[in-house]
Formats: sequence, C-alpha cells, structure tokens
Amino acid sequence: MYVAVKGGERAIENAHAWLAEERRGDKNVSELSLAQIREQLSLAVNRVMAEGSLYDPDLAALAIKQSRGDLIEAIFLIRAYRTTLPRFGCSQAVKTGDMACDRRISATFKDAPGGQVLGPTFDYTHRLLDFKLAAEGEVPDAPVAKPRKEATPHITEFLQGEDIIEREPSSDAVPGDLTREPMSYPADRAVRLQSLTRGDEGFILGMAYSTQRGYARNHAFVGELRIGTVPVEMEIPELGFAIEIGEVELTECETVNQFKGSKTVPPQFTRGYGLVFGQSERKSIAMALVDRALRWEELGEDNLGAPAQDEEFVLSHADNIQATGFLEHIKLPHYVDFQSELELVRKLRREAAELSETLAAREAAQ
Amino acid sequence: MSLQTSSAVYAGGFSNPPVASAHAFRAAMNAMARPGEVQEITGATPPEGISPAAGCLLLTLCDPETGVFLAPGADTEAVRAWLAFHTGAPIVAAEQADFVLGSWEALMPLARFRTGTPEYPDRSATLIVEVPGFGTPNAQLRGPGIKGTAEMQLPELAAFQDNAVLYPLGLDFFFTSGSQVAALPRSTQVAAEA
Amino acid sequence: MSDYNFAYLDEQTKRMIRRAILKGLAVPGYQVPFASREMPMPYGWGTGGVQVSAATLTPDDTLKVIDQGADDTTNAVSIRKFFEKTAGVETTEETEKASVIQTRHRIPEAELTEDQILVYQVPIPEPLRFLEPRETETRKMHALQEYGLMHVKLYEDISQHGAIATAYAYPVKVEGRYVMDPSPIPKFDNPKMEMAAIQLFGAGREQRIYAVPPYTQVVSLDFEDYPFEASKAEHACDLCGSEHSYLDEVILDDAGNRMFVCSDTDYCRSRREAGHSGRLSEEAA
Repeated sequence: MYVAVKGGERAIENAHAWLAEERRGDKNVSELSLAQIREQLSLAVNRVMAEGSLYDPDLAALAIKQSRGDLIEAIFLIRAYRTTLPRFGCSQAVKTGDMACDRRISATFKDAPGGQVLGPTFDYTHRLLDFKLAAEGEVPDAPVAKPRKEATPHITEFLQGEDIIEREPSSDAVPGDLTREPMSYPADRAVRLQSLTRGDEGFILGMAYSTQRGYARNHAFVGELRIGTVPVEMEIPELGFAIEIGEVELTECETVNQFKGSKTVPPQFTRGYGLVFGQSERKSIAMALVDRALRWEELGEDNLGAPAQDEEFVLSHADNIQATGFLEHIKLPHYVDFQSELELVRKLRREAAELSETLAAREAAQ
Repeated sequence: MSLQTSSAVYAGGFSNPPVASAHAFRAAMNAMARPGEVQEITGATPPEGISPAAGCLLLTLCDPETGVFLAPGADTEAVRAWLAFHTGAPIVAAEQADFVLGSWEALMPLARFRTGTPEYPDRSATLIVEVPGFGTPNAQLRGPGIKGTAEMQLPELAAFQDNAVLYPLGLDFFFTSGSQVAALPRSTQVAAEA
Repeated sequence: MSDYNFAYLDEQTKRMIRRAILKGLAVPGYQVPFASREMPMPYGWGTGGVQVSAATLTPDDTLKVIDQGADDTTNAVSIRKFFEKTAGVETTEETEKASVIQTRHRIPEAELTEDQILVYQVPIPEPLRFLEPRETETRKMHALQEYGLMHVKLYEDISQHGAIATAYAYPVKVEGRYVMDPSPIPKFDNPKMEMAAIQLFGAGREQRIYAVPPYTQVVSLDFEDYPFEASKAEHACDLCGSEHSYLDEVILDDAGNRMFVCSDTDYCRSRREAGHSGRLSEEAA
C-alpha cells in the first residue's frame, strides 16, 4: 500500500528532457540562432548583460535561448558562469565624456554643445502594433549623419563651471567589490551603485517611481542621458601603461536634483547617477533617482522613512537572483517542518479543549 | 637573488593544489575544532626556517586578500619571496595582519595583533606559532571541541588565559612543528595541568 | 565549460570560505560574513551548504546528502549528483559510511562520530531576524548579548498559547554566548546538536557561515516553568517500529487514513534490515 517516493533521479532527467523539448517548440518552425537573438532582441540581451554583470552579447543571447526567454533565468545562467571566470584585474575607470554617442539628450537645456541627439529611441513612436512586421518586412536604411569628431561634453560640466552643482569628489581609492566582499551596512556609494546597476530593473523602477510619487521626492531633472560606446583600458603591469582591451556600450544618466544650501555653502544642485551596460535607458534613469534618494544622510536631508531612502532595505532586496531563488525555494519539500507545526497545533488544540472541558465541568458543578 | 634561491622560490608549493589544500585544510579544521589534538599536515616544502606544517597553513589559507606579518626569525628574504610567489599575500604590519608567523618569543607582544570588534569578532588575527614539538603537556584545556578536558604543551599559560578572557574577541593560534599542527582558539579555557 | 576545478569552486573562493569556517569554529555560534559566490543552483536551494561542502571535501571523502531526512528527495539527488560530477567523491546513503553529510532540515537519527562532518543548509541564519529585520540592529544585539527580545517573544507565545509556539528552527544558545539559528530542523533534533562531529552551517544568499565544534554546549532557549521539550508525533514508525525517531505523516487514502514513517530513510532501512518491523510492515513490503 505505501510506496515511498523513489526515483528522484529519473524524474529529474525526464523533466530536463521535456524542458529541452518545450524550449525548442514546434520543430516545423526554424530554430533561433544566437545571432538573431543578439541582433534582433538586443534590449533583452542588454538587460541580461547588465543584471548578469557580464558584458558579452553572445553569451547573453545563448542564455536567453537556453532560458526560453525568461530573462531572470538567463541572468542567473550568466551570473553562475561569470563566477567561475578567473579575475585578471580591473580596468581603469571608463571616460564617459569620450563616449561615441548614439543618443544624447538633456531635459535641462534646450540645446547644448553636442546637440540633442534622439538616436534609436521608442520615445516618439506611436505605440501601434506594426502588422507589417508580422510579414517580415525589410527595413529601409536609416539616414546617416557624419559622426561628431570632438567629444560630447557632459551637461553637468557646464553647471559645474558655475559651481552651481555639487562637485563629485575624485578618488584613486580602489572601490569595494560586492562580488568579492560580503555586503555590510552602511555601504559606500560605489558599492551602492554596483548593487543598483545589477539590481532588478523592475525593482529599481518601482523604487524610483515611489520617490516621484512623494516617498522621498527629490525633484529630479534628467540633466543628461547618453548612450554610446566607450573604450575600456587596462593597465598591464608588465607593460607599465594602459592599453585598450575592447569597448562596451553604456547608458549613463545624470540627474540634476533639488538644491541644497547651508550657512557655509550657498545653494547648489545635487546629483543622482546611473550607469548601466548596453542600451538600458529606463534602468539608468531609475538608478539615478534611487541613488539620489539613498544619499539623504550625506546631503543632510531628513530621513522621511521612505522605502527608497532605506539603504539596507533597497540593497538587500534589489538582486533578482537572490530574490527569485529564495522565493522559489518554498516549493521544495518542507514536510519535516510542517509536521512539527502540525504536532504543535494539535497539541495546543488538545490542551485548549481540555481546558474548556474542565471549565465547563467546574461551572456545571457549581 | 642567486640562481639557487630563485629556483627555491618556485619550488615547494603544493604539487596538486586543489587536492593538497583540501587535505591540508581538513587537518587545520580538525585542529581548530579539537583544541590540543595534534594533526598531520603535509604537502608543502617551504624554505628553511619555517616548518612544512606552517608552510601548508600559509599555502592553504593565504592569498592576495590576506595580510601576513612575519615575525623576526621567520622574516627572511627567502620566506618573503616564497610566500609572494605561491600565495601573493602582501606582507603587512603586525597591527593589520590576518595571519602571523613566528616563534613564540618573536611574536611578543601579542597585544599588537587584531582581536576583532564586538560586532565583527572574526576580524582578528590567526597566529601560526612555530614550536619545537608537542612534548609533555603543561596545560589543561576545556571548552568547545573538547570532551571533558584535553592536555597540551603550551609555551606559557598566562597569555592564553588573558586571550580567553577577551572572548568572543581574541586571537586564534595554530602551533606547528615539522609536519604536525595543533590549535588553540580563543574559546578554550586554559589551566595548569593538575 | 566542461573543465571545472575540483569541487567546482576556484581555489581563491575556497580559501575565503575556509578562513570563514576556521573563524566560525573559533567563535561557535557567531555568524561570519563571507563573500558567497553565485552557484549553478538557485539561492535558497542549498548554495551555502554546497559552498561549505565544496571547501571541505577531499577526494577521500564519502558524501551523503539528505533533504527532509531522505536521500532520495529531488534536491538531495541533485546536490549529490553535483558533487559526484565536480568532485568525483564517493557517495553513500548510509549515515555510518559518510564522512561528510550535507543536510537540509534534519539531523540523522544515528549518533554521529568524531570522524564525521555535518554541513547544514541555512535559509535565514539570523535567529533575531523575525524580531528585528535589520542586520545593522541584530549585529549590535549579538555584540551586546542583548537577547531580551527573544525571551519576550517566547514568553508572549506562552501567554497566548500556553506553550512556546516554535516547532522548528528553535533558537539555541551556544556555549553560553551566542544565540544561534539551528537551521529549520524540527526542535526534536535540537538535543542532538551536542555531538562528536563538527557542525558547519552555510547560508549562501545571506552570506554567512557559522560552526559548532564537537562537544560544544548547545542549549535550547526556554523558561524554568516552561522547559524545552523535544517533541515528535506520538506514534511508532509503521515500517520499522522505532519509537525514538522523527516521523513523517503520510496520508494514505481519501478516507484520511494515515501512517507514520521515519523521516530518516537510512535509519528506517537499516532497522528493517536488522529485522525490526512496524504496524504496516507486511503491506509495505
């Protein structure tokens, strides 16, 4: 009559086989190539690279294919792979001022040197389903402008010239690395930014949105948003100088936030900062807003008890790989613990019943 | 650096690091988990002046993320070069050290080593004390890892009694001689052998 | 992607974990922060235990993996396979033959020996977490040994339910100093924690490792008038007849008939092989 649940190993193998079949889908439909994913689902690839903390579009495409388009699962695959890679060293800080910009806009100035460059944006598309795409229509070539020769200066530099925005302290100190050291609170800004840039886009978006709605509102203007490629340079000890080892596409957002003054410092605008791999516009703006909200203490603002001001709360819940793992683990067997609660509740109920019986008997006797 | 010493620098590491360090760590862990019990620990051939057991501990536990302080006697050019080549661990001042190597006398005064903070007692130094051997016990040990009492030979008693008073702060000690290792964590109560 | 290091983790990661284990053994019950790595299985599925096991295993070890006391639960099977593949170690289902046992939610019934290491998978290592969610606060409470809040919570249970309403992950005090979460084992298992084997605890997502050396004093928190009680279902195992093992309750049919069987599958098997039997032995055969 009773058969213990056996054969876990075979069940697992069968589940994996079925999963592979489902991933492939109808075999009469041609299989996706990694190049197709990389080229045509590039924003998904960008998100997987950003939250996976690994800049490799081909691996991200592979992860998306393997995960059937579940981006958090794809991010997980990338993270688990990333952690096995040897660490050769760290690059020099990238100079986003030298970025070859595909897109560059400022909400704070009508125009500025370098101009407003819309780039490949969804912004002014009417969100109407384009049924032509369903018929695999060819796309005409977009008009091409001459690339700008000079670097595009940061908008905040103009403000900084007037000292009307706070200056970022520069430092040669090696920033902490949250993948190498356990998180401890309070975290410094470098570690906070690392946590935000690889944090879940939806979570960071929600946190940022909450600040706009009044939970620690900080009046953010998008001073500048730029997307483009920057060279990555690394100092090679054997050579004694830095060489370019490649380039990465980045999205950078600098917000100009409500000003702050004191008896000693005249009123100044403050900053929030977002920097994300790939074209990740929503994420980088959200990151800048949350960064700014988390800086309340350093800027002498009040703690309003808003979730986005709470560093430990934000940083310990931003990682979707940690979150999804722990959330989903509750589907693992917990019957031993459940049994212990079952016994406890039965015992408490028995005792409660005995007590009410005793009381009833006492009442009847009186 | 002469040719002879430079080749000695490259020699004496673990021949198969993943496996050798796994065995060495097991010995170190058993030692720390069972204060006073002597374990065999082998696989390293460090330069003259430090024991194979101490060499094993250094190879197993040290890397670029740990600062090492070499006390006088252990602080030779050969040891520094060997440690740098095989572990990449930086040599640091006594006050910053994660790991410390030396004879008991050379380690004095102990007060300069980190004992951790009330919130992070783990941020404390581990001392590798080179001893002549594990001879007649002079100390009786009690505490975690010990069934009833254990016996051990210690260079002195007072220093370890003072260390235990700091608990949960304090220093943790490995004792090494030849290919043998024993340990005394801060949690152990030390008394004179009856 | 085929050539992983022995036991999967790179050597530098293992060194970092090993250092944390040694500090954990030196300060029993104190949670040592460690830079937990992303593992190829999800957080919450034993990544802490797996990292501790990976840093502890030698090729000479024999590994046993249990989940809910059973060797054949899917996650136990999955973790056992992981180490068979990456470390090439022998595996066993027999408690006595294992030198390293990784467990989720149970301590084996057989008394463990000095030659064994028990590695626990821990979801939430902080026993004070559900009283105070902030790590910055709980760390201070441990530093100052401010455990009053825990006693208040247990006492509130008593005033509300007439008993301490914690059935698993029942907090313990280690060597009179640190209050520690024993991982979600049923409180039935708590008294076994004073054992001859080394106990290591790994919480991957929460980035903590802690340890209990052999023969360390481990006391379940209680009150003089409401002493701790290691309870289990008041039955004997229906297969092996044991009256001393922790039992799973199994629903047998639509009429709600139940049976009780040992949660420790190896313990139950070895008793049956030794000729012991329970109420439903024949039917079960």
